[in-house]
Amino acid sequence: MTTIKTKYNRRSFLTASAAAGGGMMLGFSWLASCTPAEEASAMLTMPDEWFEINAFLKIGDNGVVTIYSPNPEIGQNVKTSMPMIVAEELDVDWKNVLVEQAPLNTVKYQRQIAGGSQSIRAGWDSLRMAGATARHMLIAAAATQWEVPAAEVTTEAGIIKHEASGKSLGYGDVASAAAGLEVPEEVPLKERKDYKLIGTNVKNVDGPKIVTGDPLFGLDVKKEGMLIAMIVHPPAFGMKVKSIDDTAVRSMAGVRDVFTFSTYPEGIEKTWSDANAFPELVAVVGESTWQVMKAKKALQVEWETTSKAENTEEHKSAFEKLLNGKMEVARRDGNPEAAFRNAAEIIERTYSAPFLAHNTMEPMNFFADVREDGAELIGPIQTPENMRKTVAQSLGMEEDKVSVMMSRMGGGFGRRLYGHFGIEAAVISQKAKAPVKLVYTREDDMTQGTYRPAYMVTYRAALDENKNLTAIHIKGTGIGGSPVFENRYPAGAVENYLVERATYESNISTGAWRAPRSNFIAGAEQSFLDEVAEVMGQDPIEFRLALFEKAMNNPVGEKNDYDAERYAGVLKLIKEKAGWGSEKPGISRGVSAYYCHNSYVAQVVDLSMKENQPVIEKVWAAVDCGIVINPDAACNIMEGGAIDGIGHAMYSAMTFKDGIPQQENFDSYRLIRHREAPLAFETFFVENDIHPTGLGEPGLPPVSGALANAWYKATGERKYHQPFIEDEKVLG
Amino acid sequence: MANFDLSINQKKHQIDVDPDTPMLWVLRDHIDLVGTKYGCGIAQCGACTIHVDGVATRSCSLPVSAAVGKEITTIEGLSEKGDHPLQKAWLEHDVPQCGYCQAGQIMNAASLLKTNPNPSDADIDAAMHGNICRCGTYPRIKAAIKTAAASK
Repeated sequence: MTTIKTKYNRRSFLTASAAAGGGMMLGFSWLASCTPAEEASAMLTMPDEWFEINAFLKIGDNGVVTIYSPNPEIGQNVKTSMPMIVAEELDVDWKNVLVEQAPLNTVKYQRQIAGGSQSIRAGWDSLRMAGATARHMLIAAAATQWEVPAAEVTTEAGIIKHEASGKSLGYGDVASAAAGLEVPEEVPLKERKDYKLIGTNVKNVDGPKIVTGDPLFGLDVKKEGMLIAMIVHPPAFGMKVKSIDDTAVRSMAGVRDVFTFSTYPEGIEKTWSDANAFPELVAVVGESTWQVMKAKKALQVEWETTSKAENTEEHKSAFEKLLNGKMEVARRDGNPEAAFRNAAEIIERTYSAPFLAHNTMEPMNFFADVREDGAELIGPIQTPENMRKTVAQSLGMEEDKVSVMMSRMGGGFGRRLYGHFGIEAAVISQKAKAPVKLVYTREDDMTQGTYRPAYMVTYRAALDENKNLTAIHIKGTGIGGSPVFENRYPAGAVENYLVERATYESNISTGAWRAPRSNFIAGAEQSFLDEVAEVMGQDPIEFRLALFEKAMNNPVGEKNDYDAERYAGVLKLIKEKAGWGSEKPGISRGVSAYYCHNSYVAQVVDLSMKENQPVIEKVWAAVDCGIVINPDAACNIMEGGAIDGIGHAMYSAMTFKDGIPQQENFDSYRLIRHREAPLAFETFFVENDIHPTGLGEPGLPPVSGALANAWYKATGERKYHQPFIEDEKVLG
Repeated sequence: MANFDLSINQKKHQIDVDPDTPMLWVLRDHIDLVGTKYGCGIAQCGACTIHVDGVATRSCSLPVSAAVGKEITTIEGLSEKGDHPLQKAWLEHDVPQCGYCQAGQIMNAASLLKTNPNPSDADIDAAMHGNICRCGTYPRIKAAIKTAAASK
């Protein structure tokens, strides 16, 4: 039997208490605002009392269970899948479950972050423990009441049973008694074969609210006395505010205040989440969004230059210079120099990609109500704990006086790891002495920075006279660092291996963008491997599998950050499922496989050309992410990841002239649209008992490689530089 | 500032705003209907789509003065109980990821189905071209529109 020590997260239980009156209000607000499927609201009648069993759940006296989802929801669907794990171990019917977003609480919860595709992986133990412990305590309460041994008591979908006596009770009947019990030291966990909920398709818990337009997002927050705030930031990287002339603006309708401010006072301790190109801003505060927008446009600001104004063209030539100069060695196996000297043939290709903006559909925003005795913040943030740390320091308050509530987010993609907008909202609220909602315009959002860095990488392969691969040499550079992971495949599979890196420092700020580094390097690597396979006269899949064989049986080097068997496994699965080698006439196929965020993904892209335009007929995916919690939702995120990867590789770029972003809205920044999306998807999951790993990011990186490889088959043209399509005008 | 009489989701409203205020902000700031979303402000993303006399319109670029005398429908008023065939189909296909663009997608699709009850794939692509989904739920949106069309 699998057991879990409850000590793992014992702090979750410190607040366990009987009778929590606040629960009634939560139940009420759900019923009042939810107008979907009648059967659901008819079934979930409001309980008279809730009992908080632990930090993750409370049970109503009528058996309705509320499960708190600890992590921020950015569209990766953890608000559904995390509570599913609790409900599985609690053994409750999902129809009787309500889900609430938990606020930031570092005492009760761990790692309340949406990032690195880690929510499910990192939460797996604590979520199971929360459900299993509660079930154990409910059983104990019933056993005491019935005066029978707990070992004879079982549960089924929220009902507690004692078979010998024929007695049964609902969870709600003993919730009060259970909440007062001592927390057990250790509890048994279900075996995988006994799962009833995990592995079934459960619909998004916020679905009914999303399709009816209920308030869910940060931008939807409205509070008594709330003002709207906007910021004005410098038009170019390398500039700052010199002075403002607000005389005209102050007399405009609805304008309450205009001032310059520093987001971070001197000497405070920042975290990595505080990356921010523009710490000094102008705030415009007023009564309504449109009035403030107009005032913001009318504001006269004088800027001054603080550092070099950069250009996209200069970045390209700087990257080329770095790649041809002396670089830092990140990994060396064997004698790559000798292998290249003795090579019968050398294949060398260079790949590049531009800066990208995150472009979450919901622009950056945050609500802050700062008073003398504390601050309340509500909004879209992937790193609430880091935000609270900096907000407290910026306001000169103790951290325990600052509360942060995460709203559902209109997209994250890494952008909301960097919470300067929350700090800004807090500082503005403090200065304006009013609750404010800070709203970024799309232009503010797109030109503020924190971009996916621009990258360039050169791959070289050495072949001997028999066309055997003898060495690989990779040189990578980019804004703020190289995109190459030196210990990932094909490292470990090639005798002579050299990875070199160089950094280009820029004043254009960069940050994590869905699957950092991988989002570029996977496509470059997988395109290159196809070229090598072609020169060697090998099938692309067989070539990759042979490298995995080598990495499995006779690995090169000590440190190889992947499991070659699982890696090969997804390739074999996609080969079988897609019927590799037997595609229909008119279809050109490309394959790709990549490992990141602890998960393995292989993809096949089926492409046809219609009127000289690529049509993506289908994307096939094979995924090994361990146990799949919610299969249809997992398919959804895989589809979205592939579309994200295809769209950005094909169409998107952020460029600079004299430090000024050349794209500032969707009329100049092209994103993939309906008609360019793949026509079909099919996703297959490897079945195993491995604990679940990431899904939010791994679907994106490999697809640009499969796309480039299919494109080559269709047209004979290799694509090396993103975006692949640059000439079409953007139209909305 | 000026007074405007508006009919929104079949209810009368009188509001006092600048005549150039876009309907998007009238709805969100002044009538507390926040289902209509701000995405770009220049009619390029479709998140703010509403119906004006039944026709899909980008509310970010529609001044309030132009909405007087017209029937405005927002996502909140698309159906009484959230049971428009598109809303049901959206749930059946579990379309949303982040969910932010979906109200605009649904409103745009509802307008399409009014004039073209059985749209082809190409019809859907053409009609939905102005609605961006950053999460990439396009195939599910298309499937849901077809399900809704078939259910009518």
